Amino acid sequence: MDQFAVKVFVRLRPSVLDPAGEATKSASIKLGAEGIKSLRIGKMIEVKIEGNGENEVREKIDLLCDRLFANTVIEDYEYSLEKL
Amino acid sequence: MDNFTVGVVVFPGSNCDRDVSWALEGCLDIRTKYLWHESSDLSDVDAIVLPGGFSYGDYLRCGAIARFSSLINALDEFVKSGKRVLGICNGFQILTESGFLPGALVANKNLNFICDDVELDIVSSKGGWFNNVDEKQTIKLPIAHGEGRYHCDSDTLKKLVDNELIALRYKNNPNGSSFDIAGITNEKGNVLGLMPHPERACDETIGRTDGLFTLKSLILK
Repeated sequence: MDQFAVKVFVRLRPSVLDPAGEATKSASIKLGAEGIKSLRIGKMIEVKIEGNGENEVREKIDLLCDRLFANTVIEDYEYSLEKL
Repeated sequence: MDNFTVGVVVFPGSNCDRDVSWALEGCLDIRTKYLWHESSDLSDVDAIVLPGGFSYGDYLRCGAIARFSSLINALDEFVKSGKRVLGICNGFQILTESGFLPGALVANKNLNFICDDVELDIVSSKGGWFNNVDEKQTIKLPIAHGEGRYHCDSDTLKKLVDNELIALRYKNNPNGSSFDIAGITNEKGNVLGLMPHPERACDETIGRTDGLFTLKSLILK
């Protein structure tokens, strides 16, 4: 069995308004940071997972992302995978 | 109808289950039974309410974890059999997360948790959930939510409009919902999800009774 460290990024789709991102953008500007054109907040999920090779692990992660980690009505996801 | 029983689902974090049960039993004389989220036997209930609250602490997304409970797994067959399911607030979020209703509910546009009475237009009475208001096309119900902004893509919205699946629209959109949507039904009409709380408007002593009819509609065939 191989072990992998997976980082999943879940983001609101571009068409979905992100009020938390807007509020944070506004605070960033108040802090004095200049030049911020856009600020959107997502989630990062770290998973350590075992499996027989990368393909099998990718299948499991795809299922998790599609069915649980993200709601694809409003969110997109991507992930990176590192063999430990 | 004497034995008609409404199952009120209790998830860890549900907090309107007792209100729903009180409104059904105390105001409408309809028998209720609490259904723990781990149960999958729905054979002795005739309709189901998914009440408001914060199931599983709203972790990940509202309703996302509840979707994988034994009870929600068993709900598919229940819905297909034509029996009625009412999802209120967190219950509506669970119904969208689990695919019984289209779209999703996301953070309110102004990021506030909004606790208020809102005026609602009855758009469709599909399923008979709002048949009481033939003459009065507006009702007033309480809302209490942080994540009640209904969102769907334009194709879904068109389908909702074309098939008369939009049950309720806010008169003054409080949360940024697409098309002012406050509640929708499935195509068959036996599943209704809405953000407002009908169970909190069932007795004159607590303000108003505009929610009574929707709860009473649970006993419709």
